[in-house]
Amino acid sequence: MGEGDLGLWAVLVAMIGGAIRVSTPFIFVSLGECLTERSGRINLGLEGTLVFGAMSGYAVAYETNSAWIGVLAAALAGTVFGLFHGWVCKLPRVNDIAIGIALMLLGMGLAFFFGKPYIQPVAPDLPAIPLGFWSSSPQVEAALRVNVLFVVGIALAFLIAWLFRSTRIGLVIRVVGDSSDAARAMGISVDRVRLLATAAGGALAGIGGAYLSLYYPGSWNEGISSGQGLMAVALVIFARWNPVNCIWAALLFGAAGALGPALQSIGISKGYYLSYAAPYVLTLILLIATSSTTRAVRGAPGELSITK
Amino acid sequence: MSKGTAIGVETLHMTKRFGDFTALDDVSIKITPGSFHALLGENGAGKSTLVKCMMGFYQPTSGQMLINDREAEIRNPRDAHASGLGMVYQHFTLVPSLTAAENLVIARENAPAVIDWRKEREGLQAFLKTMPFSVALDQPVNRLAAGEKQKLELLKQLYLGRHFLILDEPTSVLTPSEADELLGMVRDLTQAGALTCLMITHKFREVTAFADVVSVLRRGAHVGGGKVSELSHDDMAAMMIGDKTLTRSADRSGEKGEAVLTLDGISASDRSGLKTIEVESLRVSAGEVVGIAGVSGNGQMELMEVLTGQRPVSRGRVNVKSEAFHGTRRQARDLKVRFLPEEPLQNASAGRMSVAENLAFRTFDLKKNGGLNGKSTRTWLDRAGMSRLAVELVDAFKVKTASIESPIASLSGGNVQRAVLARELSDEVDLLIIANPCFGLDFSAVAEIRARIMAARNAGAAVLLISEDLDEILELSDRVLVMSEGRIAYETPIATLDVGELGRHMAGHA
Repeated sequence: MGEGDLGLWAVLVAMIGGAIRVSTPFIFVSLGECLTERSGRINLGLEGTLVFGAMSGYAVAYETNSAWIGVLAAALAGTVFGLFHGWVCKLPRVNDIAIGIALMLLGMGLAFFFGKPYIQPVAPDLPAIPLGFWSSSPQVEAALRVNVLFVVGIALAFLIAWLFRSTRIGLVIRVVGDSSDAARAMGISVDRVRLLATAAGGALAGIGGAYLSLYYPGSWNEGISSGQGLMAVALVIFARWNPVNCIWAALLFGAAGALGPALQSIGISKGYYLSYAAPYVLTLILLIATSSTTRAVRGAPGELSITK
Repeated sequence: MSKGTAIGVETLHMTKRFGDFTALDDVSIKITPGSFHALLGENGAGKSTLVKCMMGFYQPTSGQMLINDREAEIRNPRDAHASGLGMVYQHFTLVPSLTAAENLVIARENAPAVIDWRKEREGLQAFLKTMPFSVALDQPVNRLAAGEKQKLELLKQLYLGRHFLILDEPTSVLTPSEADELLGMVRDLTQAGALTCLMITHKFREVTAFADVVSVLRRGAHVGGGKVSELSHDDMAAMMIGDKTLTRSADRSGEKGEAVLTLDGISASDRSGLKTIEVESLRVSAGEVVGIAGVSGNGQMELMEVLTGQRPVSRGRVNVKSEAFHGTRRQARDLKVRFLPEEPLQNASAGRMSVAENLAFRTFDLKKNGGLNGKSTRTWLDRAGMSRLAVELVDAFKVKTASIESPIASLSGGNVQRAVLARELSDEVDLLIIANPCFGLDFSAVAEIRARIMAARNAGAAVLLISEDLDEILELSDRVLVMSEGRIAYETPIATLDVGELGRHMAGHA
């Protein structure tokens, strides 16, 4: 095996591994956003929820010495943020986008404030499943160490898809998201459904944050999120509001995010910042490529304020 | 579920006041089980108020209601549903992105928490077998044609076990053949004793063709009615409009002139992006009305968008007086082209701006001495001039508004249409392109607006009328085209027009 061969393979393996590692928070946040948006409301505050989830997950994991209790705490914190967003949006003449931006900044601010004492201590990591045990190559082994949350996220995507298709709750969410008039005519409380959908979306974003601080990168600091919460909004549009598509979109974004580190691992550090910007460039390219001037976005919930 | 028996409903001295305004004045109407009862009246006659009281959306100020001869208290729509009363609205209440099956199941009061689709599907199929008509269960509702949607609305009510149905202008969005089909089904169900139906309508034809009994409301009061077989159209019209005289469409005059609008080999994609609109050749000459008939959703609105320059064409050109037309403001002004899109409140006005501002939309940025065709534009608005113009137009076109400073959205549908017409027809017009100008308007407004259109034609304008109302097409057009599946499928001068032939082309069967 030549030197060059190994290099290319290494990049590929590193990218697959990176895709799996980097995509997990994307999966959770985008599923959360998907759930919220299908109920006809957009929550731009998920970035703040994610960062606060990362902080609270890390802090609780450190205090209790259990990563899973940390994840639970992050989900709980996310739920509180979601409930707050949903509750404020219930008030008359309130714009969900403006509230989302306010909550994003609030969440980040609170996380930095409460998270100061936890930058130094080391919290327990989330466990990973060594799917690469068969390989003798350390790169392959490292790439295929798959975190439990990744598996949970994928299962969750299918669960939510099933929920939308075959349960009353799922259909009610879709009704509310598509036509609030029809929902009211059916006697469904539109605000309550949206409140709960936003809360559930917040919980998922919180878990996404906990993954960041408890597994990859695996520590709490103020630069922990690189805009995953915001990019999830673009990702959901790209996934056409379909939870299963969210997996593919998240993996794609994850792979783009892993490009920089992968290239670096084989010693290519030229254009370092450029390759780190790959996910953002990809966001732009995808949104432009899939847009159209003559027809509305397919699959968009009818009540969504950005597509109305 | 369809095997239930029809329900009879009676209102006794029902009155509803909103503040000082009496919307419903001592109305007593008896609707016997298994009858097809029509409720006629102009806009604002109190039809909607009456049915909203029956359905529990409003509480009547006084009076009561009997269901199957027993006194019933309907506090909210849920009570009405529990008593077996249901309503099909003018606009659709189906959820657009859900499939028909999903819409039916989720509408059920006792929808299961986890839906076993195999079982539900079997149940739905069994239910459909007992119905005189069927719909595709797996299509998302937004892909169904208007007639299909309305059928599904009806099916939904029956599926939910409602045996007294209020239909609120159920055919306003349907073609004549779709309307006949739907109402025929309703009549079959009432005759079978499965259903009682109260239908709000403007259309006499539907009343005589399908209903058994008619009640007429005017200004909130029950002014007459009886067996349909014993009443003529004139009797009903007299009851409905009182002793008012209607504006008749002006007679045709003037000669057909040069071609003003020419379309050659136009090709554009439709709203879904999946189909194309292809118009090989279309000519509209000065002094004629060309009517484009067609079932809604066959490309008429896309054609309108091509003409207004809102939809890019992949091939072909739109010429106005042999100049390529791109729908810019400047061109529309220079070539004297005017558009009147459907639903003018949404498509041709800014709802929250005042009537005066809306009336000035075409001229607000022009200097007076430059005239309409002047090239000079102004920076500072001439508020006084705008008000003068508004007063003039409001007067000339009889727009009923509290003040010219009221937001245009506060006007009734007919008055918004009058205001927009006033704006578009106030100067010389060479080409007028109109879509569904009378949709949802009442009787007298319709007659007046059609007369305005005829007057423009007689003054030498070329008029392209896109309408889903066949009566309107037949009344106004000199030449009738049928649009079907994005193409011009048929063309005929009005003199040799055969309605049956036209209908076949509209249905796409010829």
